[in-house]
Amino acid sequence: MTVLAQADLRLDANAVDYILLALYFLLVLGIGYLARRRVSTSLDFFLSGRSLPAWVTGLAFISANLGAIEVMGMSANGAEYGMPTAHYFWIGAVPAMLFLGIVMMPFYYGSKVRSVPEFMLRRFGKGAHLLNGVSFALAQVLIAGANLFLLASVVNLLLGWPLWVSVIVAAVIVLSYTTLGGLSAAIYNEVLQFVVIVAALLPLTIVGLYKVGGWQGLVDKVSAGPGGPEQVNSWPGNQLTGFEDNFLSVLGLVFGLGFVLSFGYWTTNFVEVQRAMAAKSMSAARRTPIIGAFPKMLIPFIVIIPGMVAGVAVTELQGENKTALMAGESAPSGATFNDALLLLMRDLLPNGMLGIAIAGLLASFMAGMAANLSSFNTVFTYDIWQAYIRKDRPDDYYLRFGRFITIVATALAIGTAFIASTYSNLMDYLQQLFSFFNAPLFATFILGMFWRRMTPAAGWAGLASGTLAAVVVFILSETGVWVLPGQGAAFIGAGAAFVVDIVVSVAVTYVSAPKPAAQLTGLVYSLTPKETRQHSTTGEDAGWYRNPSLLAGIVLVVTIVLNIIF
Amino acid sequence: MTTKTSARSRFAVFDIRLVIALLMGVYGAVLTVMGAAVTSDADIERSAGVNINLWAGLAMLVVAALFVLWTLLRPLRVSAENTDSDTGTDSDTGTGTDQS
Repeated sequence: MTVLAQADLRLDANAVDYILLALYFLLVLGIGYLARRRVSTSLDFFLSGRSLPAWVTGLAFISANLGAIEVMGMSANGAEYGMPTAHYFWIGAVPAMLFLGIVMMPFYYGSKVRSVPEFMLRRFGKGAHLLNGVSFALAQVLIAGANLFLLASVVNLLLGWPLWVSVIVAAVIVLSYTTLGGLSAAIYNEVLQFVVIVAALLPLTIVGLYKVGGWQGLVDKVSAGPGGPEQVNSWPGNQLTGFEDNFLSVLGLVFGLGFVLSFGYWTTNFVEVQRAMAAKSMSAARRTPIIGAFPKMLIPFIVIIPGMVAGVAVTELQGENKTALMAGESAPSGATFNDALLLLMRDLLPNGMLGIAIAGLLASFMAGMAANLSSFNTVFTYDIWQAYIRKDRPDDYYLRFGRFITIVATALAIGTAFIASTYSNLMDYLQQLFSFFNAPLFATFILGMFWRRMTPAAGWAGLASGTLAAVVVFILSETGVWVLPGQGAAFIGAGAAFVVDIVVSVAVTYVSAPKPAAQLTGLVYSLTPKETRQHSTTGEDAGWYRNPSLLAGIVLVVTIVLNIIF
Repeated sequence: MTTKTSARSRFAVFDIRLVIALLMGVYGAVLTVMGAAVTSDADIERSAGVNINLWAGLAMLVVAALFVLWTLLRPLRVSAENTDSDTGTDSDTGTGTDQS
């Protein structure tokens, strides 16, 4: 059964599709080559010499996140849960991105640290720094492997290449442009990837909606399906969280997903923050996540809606198949929700558009892996190698080392890709596990930024205990002590990590010695003069349309309107 | 070839907006031709009666044109501080008061 269903996923690509695909890869490598000519210092390589305009870093900011998990995972979620999936965007990502731009970016960019762990070093000293640096580097190699595996398995499904060939070819392409051009190449490619992803998914969405008779047709069909009418409204989203009770479900969404999980992810994950740090000025850095929030609000429409359409229009996913899959069993057709997008492409797109759709999917998976690699090499070089192993070498040593460690990381990712290939649902675990690292990190950050007394010892103790708390919740839900069928376990785990981190940090602070205030200028809110938190409003930063707060206000209003409509 | 010229012009050669315009332009042209001449009625029937190749192709051509227009109207200007790679970090952040 499964073999049959797998074979059905083979798309009917012809020469035109391959040419369109090849053109895209040619441009990707070309960008790597062109960006290389601008790399002369390690700062060029790791932070693009802090020279990029805000719209570029803004698009890269969301494109770095628009990887396999996002595109395949969110369309799968759309097929399974319907509109509540949009919470990941409207309650989850957008408010956190605004918070990063308005409140936190002045500290990141203003203190001129080169990475998130380096901020930990300046604020809390070596314990928290090393803990954060090592766990981040480890996480990136594992996630890069998972992204690589997903990339290769799609190549394998679509084009029929053997899995190991797909893994190595995909790894070599990503490696070649990230080692050549460093972060600039990764960021410019992310912008291009964003364009291709939209060019692939928007037509698919439009055709899909035509297929089911427009929005009203989709609403009618989804309401009549196994998920019921609940799936066409985003609130209260009981199926998504796994809570029966509406109030608990809303609470879980707002506090767990919205506050801790998403704020943790978007504001402390160096993969994201690095893109903003590459901006050319304080104003551009603050605008980066806010500009990114505009397209981010609209991505649900081209990711979730195709998923919902697939759930009612694709033979393998509708009716009894959806009922079986929602109950956690395998469908009679052998398909899974993860196949939603591929099946829809197979059913609807003619040659030509099909090639672009494949390019879009591959682009999205490469974006994820390149983002992992380019943030890994920065943290490993600056925060582990330069800080603890080989200090005080000339700058070009670290530039060469950065290129070298990127190659090592890719080799490791090929290894972790094969580990990933042995698990059927590794993505779920990865997403949960690494959100656990981010939730305590966010707690430590927010406390450290606003509470000047917080001590170095509290920094690392809070981080360690917060992570531990999240792992405990994870184990409890895995072993069946708590049963949360949806994605509620991750929300609770994040909440627990946050609370435990805060409590431990406060307790440890009162029994240990704080850092002298003079060392915390620019790192703590109350010790940073107001003018250093401001950005310039002249020259290229002038004009009302470049005002971060105003842009953030517009995003906020639109998001609230979207929440009310859906 | 151009490595002897200053950092200023080296940067100006590379404008991501033109790369996007190139990609969208070629994609748009190919899709438009496909949609107008090649895509069979059966294919159009399959995609719910929409000639998606033609429409997406035309839309991509428009996007390509807009990116070219943007590049022409607001060409890249590289300020002197930014080409100076050593001081690129503290050129125009507007802070300048590190540890005051």
